[in-house]
Amino acid sequence: MSLEEELQSNVSVASSSPTKNTAGGGGLKVHNYFGLSDSSSVESSTLSGRVEDDKATISLKATELTLGLPGSQSTELDLLSPAKLNEKPFFPLLPSKDEICSSSSHKNIVASGNKRGFSDTMYTEKNWMFPESVAAQSVVKKEVPQNIPKGQLSTTNNSSSPPAAKAQIVGWPPVRSYRKNTLATTCKNSDEVDGKPGSAALFVKVSMDGAPYLRKVDLRSYTNYGELSSALEKMFTTFTLGHCGSNGAPGKDMLNETKLKDLLNGKDYVLTYEDKDGDWMLVGDVPWEMFIDVCKKLKIMKGCDAIGLAAAPRAIEKSKMRA
Amino acid sequence: MDLRLPSKVLEHIFSFVDSNEDRNSVSLVCKSWFETERLTRKRVFVRNCYAVTPAAVARRFPEMRSLTLKGKPHFADYNLVPDGWGGYAWPWIEAMAEKSPALEELRLKRMVVTDECLEKIAASFKEFKALVLTSCEGFSTDGLAAIAVACRNLRELELRECIVEDLGGDWLSYFPETLTSLVSLDFSCLDSEVKLSDLELLVSRSPNLKSLKLNRDVSLDALGSLLRLAPQLVELGTGSFSDKLDQEAVSKLSQAFTELKELKSLSGLWDVLPEYIPLLYSVCPGLTSLNLSYATVQMPDLVELLSRCSNLQKLWVMDLIEDKGLEAVASSCKELRELRVFPSGADVDETNVALTEQGLVSVSEACPNLESVLYFCAQFTNEALVTIARNRPNLKCVRLCVMEPFAPDHKTQQPLDEGFKAIVEGCKGLQRLSVSGLLTDKAFEYIGTHGKKLRMLSIAFAGDSDLMLHHLLSGCESLNKLEIRDCPFGDTALLENAAKLETMRSLWMSSCGVSFGACKLLSQKMPKLNVEVIDEHPLKTRPDSSPVEKIYIYRTLAGPRLDMPEFVWTIHKNPEIGVSNLAIE
Repeated sequence: MSLEEELQSNVSVASSSPTKNTAGGGGLKVHNYFGLSDSSSVESSTLSGRVEDDKATISLKATELTLGLPGSQSTELDLLSPAKLNEKPFFPLLPSKDEICSSSSHKNIVASGNKRGFSDTMYTEKNWMFPESVAAQSVVKKEVPQNIPKGQLSTTNNSSSPPAAKAQIVGWPPVRSYRKNTLATTCKNSDEVDGKPGSAALFVKVSMDGAPYLRKVDLRSYTNYGELSSALEKMFTTFTLGHCGSNGAPGKDMLNETKLKDLLNGKDYVLTYEDKDGDWMLVGDVPWEMFIDVCKKLKIMKGCDAIGLAAAPRAIEKSKMRA
Repeated sequence: MDLRLPSKVLEHIFSFVDSNEDRNSVSLVCKSWFETERLTRKRVFVRNCYAVTPAAVARRFPEMRSLTLKGKPHFADYNLVPDGWGGYAWPWIEAMAEKSPALEELRLKRMVVTDECLEKIAASFKEFKALVLTSCEGFSTDGLAAIAVACRNLRELELRECIVEDLGGDWLSYFPETLTSLVSLDFSCLDSEVKLSDLELLVSRSPNLKSLKLNRDVSLDALGSLLRLAPQLVELGTGSFSDKLDQEAVSKLSQAFTELKELKSLSGLWDVLPEYIPLLYSVCPGLTSLNLSYATVQMPDLVELLSRCSNLQKLWVMDLIEDKGLEAVASSCKELRELRVFPSGADVDETNVALTEQGLVSVSEACPNLESVLYFCAQFTNEALVTIARNRPNLKCVRLCVMEPFAPDHKTQQPLDEGFKAIVEGCKGLQRLSVSGLLTDKAFEYIGTHGKKLRMLSIAFAGDSDLMLHHLLSGCESLNKLEIRDCPFGDTALLENAAKLETMRSLWMSSCGVSFGACKLLSQKMPKLNVEVIDEHPLKTRPDSSPVEKIYIYRTLAGPRLDMPEFVWTIHKNPEIGVSNLAIE
């Protein structure tokens, strides 16, 4: 018996091989990871094709902020429930182990198609860009993938619960922590205690609900909130257009004239930021200088999503504590 | 008739045998060669600190003057090895202090080094000359002070990407005024400010100083004055390159750079502002090594700089260089041997999309000496890999990281099997390979068939079944280190090829499908291996069929280690556990 034949007959004996989904008998059927059998290259190309088509939908959904556990249904209800609102940080949250194993986890595979087979429930131990906020963020070790039912990929459609946050895989990409940390401080070196002269840029990420990718802005290139909001409005106009259209809001021309702040006041979008403590606060309540000192990330949220975010009194309280 | 050469003659002959691999071969010839070799070996490399005991090493090599040790598995670099796993330097230092007090050099990689260790070194080795710590952790600047104050003949003190508890910059001032032997100083990974005057004094009394790598905190101004004190430098790591300087200061700094006639290697350049890049032009033609991997410089400025580096052999850069920049490298840097392109962003979304497979293809076409590549990229194609293999059959190290797991060939949507096939088939001397992207078992069949010289292989998110592992373990004759994460194989191939594991240094597997039962079985059948099951969330009862989180298997003469934390299991902890019913005939 050749070694490979031996191997085939042994596969049916080994109880924990993930390829035990072989239909009937001792033949070794080559499955790709997702349990799809044979002509795997054809399958995967079809798969990827489908993924490509739905990529836009998926990635839009993927950046949607939800307060729910990753993989769970993102519902407005969750956001509004009082219990969750006081949790810090808003995302990502620490899912319990059981929930990781539940069917919600395999939806992550579904939604991200070919690409995230193993990446459900993974979090980095260090948040790449903002290592200081690691303490505030919960960390979950990756759950062993064997708990995930395979072959589910073809069944569910893509509109169901995408990954709530851009969940990161532990140790991927394979870049040394030293490098990650060093680069993080390269971008935000003026944040250091010993304070360099303010000539260096202060980049923060800006994300927006429904926008397919993040942008970065240099907070030091603005001197007040007005400048920041005009800049953001210019940056994200293309996205707001889409949304406003669907809400039956004023047409394109009017949109270009209104500043984002007015848009914000119009309750469509709210500009929020994550501060050094990992709390999400509304932008605009503290003095500008203090704001750029504490702001780690910006997010343009849907107004309804941001209900209960730290309103003015709390922000001012915090700033008093800092002073 | 006694045909043996007298040992004095043997000694003399062996004194010309430098490389450790050769010395290892020499020692296997016969007993007398073994004896003579061991008594003359000065530089000892222990590539897995748990493979052998410190006492055994000290006993075998009484004339040891230089010891190199490696601790944690390579994937520890990517946070896959939990804290507290091991890799402690203390037992080694303690043993050598007693048995090899003439030790002069200690080079440690991925080990836990405490202040206590550093103090012990300072106190025990009277002729201590060189301490090089790479990716180590566990010590503070106090430990450095101990070394500085006590080691009268110190030549090298290098901290490469270590995690150091930085209690301030005073440690530097502990170097006594009588210390004039310094050749190499690297404190680039430290955070806090050292006193410039101390540094200047140290540099000015070190006429042999060839390598100086400053930390970020050293300003441009300070750099200027240091360069003027040490124009003989061969290797320079600058500090932060972003202070605003007035015109006079700039021209003084420029002048200082032009005086660096011997400079071959340049690194640091954190935060470098584009307007300061021209300061470096004068040293470019002489550079053989340039590390821009922390310099957030955009492509046009990079092109300006690199087009002047005609003698460059080693280039580390970020993906900000883009394809266009790499084309410039291809046309200007004909001596290039090693290229590393690191990601500037944190994840796939932030990857610079202007860097594609084309960049690497260009370099492979034009740089005839290119041997070693590390390339992070958003996507790749089979065609590009085939072209690269055809262009550069002399590649020895190919580490390709397609940032998105399972990403197929972005033009054909096919797996990258054929591309990697071309690499292993074409590059017959390939020693190190990291694969990525969408890969089926076929890719590993190719690697097993053709990768005969492969020593180290890194795999993530690839393959379909046990066949992948089987191909590798049965095919790759020279395989020494294998590290695999998130691949869907189970126990079969591992158990089938158990004997192979004794011919390898180590095997790391995480988030694969290997069961606890298989680990037990392997441990029982292969007593010369340590099979470590690393599980930070073990189930209360571990059934044989339960998959394990992480496994680290390595051959060892030292038996079970005594410093295992809670979350590491080996069979030595529970010897009474019986064999499972997973017996493979």
